[in-house]
Amino acid sequence: MTFRTLMLAGAAAMALCGPAMAQVKIGFITTLSTPAGYLGEDARDGFKLAVDQEGGKLGGVPVEVIVEDDKLKPADGKQIAEKFLQSDKIKLFSGIIFSNVAGAVVPGILEAGGIYVSPNAGPSNFAGKGCNANYYVTSWQNDNLHESAGALAKKLGYKKMVLLAPNYQAGKDAIAGFKRLYGGEVIEEIYTALDQTDFSAEMAKIRAAKPDAVFQFHPGGQGIAFLKQWQQAGLKDQIPMVVAAPSLEQKIAAAVGDAAVGVAATTHWNTDLPNAQNKAFVEAFRKKYNRDPTVYASQGYDAALLIGAALKATGGKLDEKPFREAMLKADAKLVRGDFKFGTNQHPIQDWYEVKAVKGADGKVTLQTVGKVVEKLQDSYAKDCKL
Amino acid sequence: MQLLIEQILNGLQLGGTLFLLAAGLTLVFGIMGVINLAHGSLFMIGAYGAAIVAGKTGSWGLGVIAGLAAAALVGVLIELVVIRRLYARDHLYQVLATFGLILFFNGLVAMVVGRAPLLMETPKVLSGFVELLPGIPYPTYRLAVMGVGLAVALGLWFMIARTRVGMLIRAGATHRDMVSALGVDIAKLYTFVFGLGALLAGLAGIVVGPIRSVQVGMGEQVLIMTFVVIVIGGIGSVRGAFVGAMLIGMADTLGRAFLPGLLKMHMSGALADGLAGALSSVLIYIVMALVLVVRPRGLFPVGG
Repeated sequence: MTFRTLMLAGAAAMALCGPAMAQVKIGFITTLSTPAGYLGEDARDGFKLAVDQEGGKLGGVPVEVIVEDDKLKPADGKQIAEKFLQSDKIKLFSGIIFSNVAGAVVPGILEAGGIYVSPNAGPSNFAGKGCNANYYVTSWQNDNLHESAGALAKKLGYKKMVLLAPNYQAGKDAIAGFKRLYGGEVIEEIYTALDQTDFSAEMAKIRAAKPDAVFQFHPGGQGIAFLKQWQQAGLKDQIPMVVAAPSLEQKIAAAVGDAAVGVAATTHWNTDLPNAQNKAFVEAFRKKYNRDPTVYASQGYDAALLIGAALKATGGKLDEKPFREAMLKADAKLVRGDFKFGTNQHPIQDWYEVKAVKGADGKVTLQTVGKVVEKLQDSYAKDCKL
Repeated sequence: MQLLIEQILNGLQLGGTLFLLAAGLTLVFGIMGVINLAHGSLFMIGAYGAAIVAGKTGSWGLGVIAGLAAAALVGVLIELVVIRRLYARDHLYQVLATFGLILFFNGLVAMVVGRAPLLMETPKVLSGFVELLPGIPYPTYRLAVMGVGLAVALGLWFMIARTRVGMLIRAGATHRDMVSALGVDIAKLYTFVFGLGALLAGLAGIVVGPIRSVQVGMGEQVLIMTFVVIVIGGIGSVRGAFVGAMLIGMADTLGRAFLPGLLKMHMSGALADGLAGALSSVLIYIVMALVLVVRPRGLFPVGG
């Protein structure tokens, strides 16, 4: 009896909604476990915040966000994508943090006629010749991170530097990207192991090499270990350090405290960017999750806003042409400020210099200093025929 | 020359940290015959206990006590609730159960504390440097880590070789039934050993906290290297764990420090960088393979 009433009530409620728009399902494959789990958690929470603020909708279209953890394993990500495509009939995807996972997952989604909107990973192989009409990156092309750091090092007047990165593709890309806009002398390039947590050997080498400054790319826990050990080795007060966003974001700054103070970093977003939508975002994020957003949270939020703008224009339809037309307009007010898609559907945006400072409450936060590069586009766009 | 001395110190320091982890693992494995993959979780619990309490109270001493207590308590609890049921079973069950514990503790810590890495400062007294030799300022904290490793090594040796408990532990490892026939409560003894192993893992976590990142999953990163150490040293041998840890600490550090330079003398820069990177990351496994070729049961094999 109660069951039947419920059904009736449900049917009545559905009828009241009138010709309800079909719900769009979004498959959000991201990294929630492993030490890097906080990256995916923030991207997810940023994305969900945008959906919640619209009451379960994006651009007026009801959406359902289905989240799964790729455990930072390409094979797991691929499996989840196949399940999403086949059993859940999902067409629209987002969420991947790591480029190696994206490399395994994205081709399968595109071949099956799906659409992928990246909130973080932007590997070079999908930015040039391998670009695709159904593949959008709303965060950055990976090289931009390190190019902006190179530009910052040049601006700060460092003539000879030592560069460090883990020994894998993204690490090598980081060093190549840094050199592209740096232009000074590179005394030494040091490649660390991917699972390395002790950097004392490298630091002794740097001390002996006496550079003007160092650039290092070690995201997440590795970056935390590097900064702590850098301070303990007494190098912090001797040799300045320049990094890109993944090696010094809001959570790393909070976790290393004093060791981060004085380090110069580049980013396309920071909590203190003065635009109105950013102020509202930071406040809403803090209120909902009771913690400060990171750059990953901002990217999840912005990716959701861009998807929302496209869904609004197409009325929730995901057909390739109209969706693409709407998406490329990027008709949304993003928390990072100005944003445009290049011809390869990767961002053209400004990069800022930030510095870690200690507040009156003893907490270390990132403060924006100024712009480093304006309207930076990646160097692969010219190879993309779209 | 200065660089070489500094790198040797770095190697000893890494060895000291590895030993703290390996000692507990090898004790539990050698004496109780239990493969405890959750050793890394106890390492994490020690670090979290210390980081949270030190952060809240501002006292490093309280943090250390809290970290040790948390790791030992959780260790004893694991033994009573899970491990005790698995002594008679095959190693595969132990691997399965303790792997499950890893997932459980990672999930628990993420739920209770959150996924964000925690702040853990170096204690004020140890935050400076010491000039050991002119021109080589060495972080005081790293010297302290070496000191802790050495103290634990001596303490363990004394306990196992010279005390009544140590005698029981040695006897329990090889003649379990005989010891229990003589009226010794073997179950209690095993709980004690497991708790001791957990305590050592927790201590390693606390010591490493200010050097590395205190976050969920930090234990699994070090677990593999720790297993390499105890396999090289001979499973169950604390002495072997010490020698193995120093060997691996040294090989890893010196490899990373000097391989690129050595290779560059013989080949082009880019090739040398690539090769050196690859080689130094597998160096410890090469060392392990070499040791096992010469001594298949490790440097200091235990038992018959």
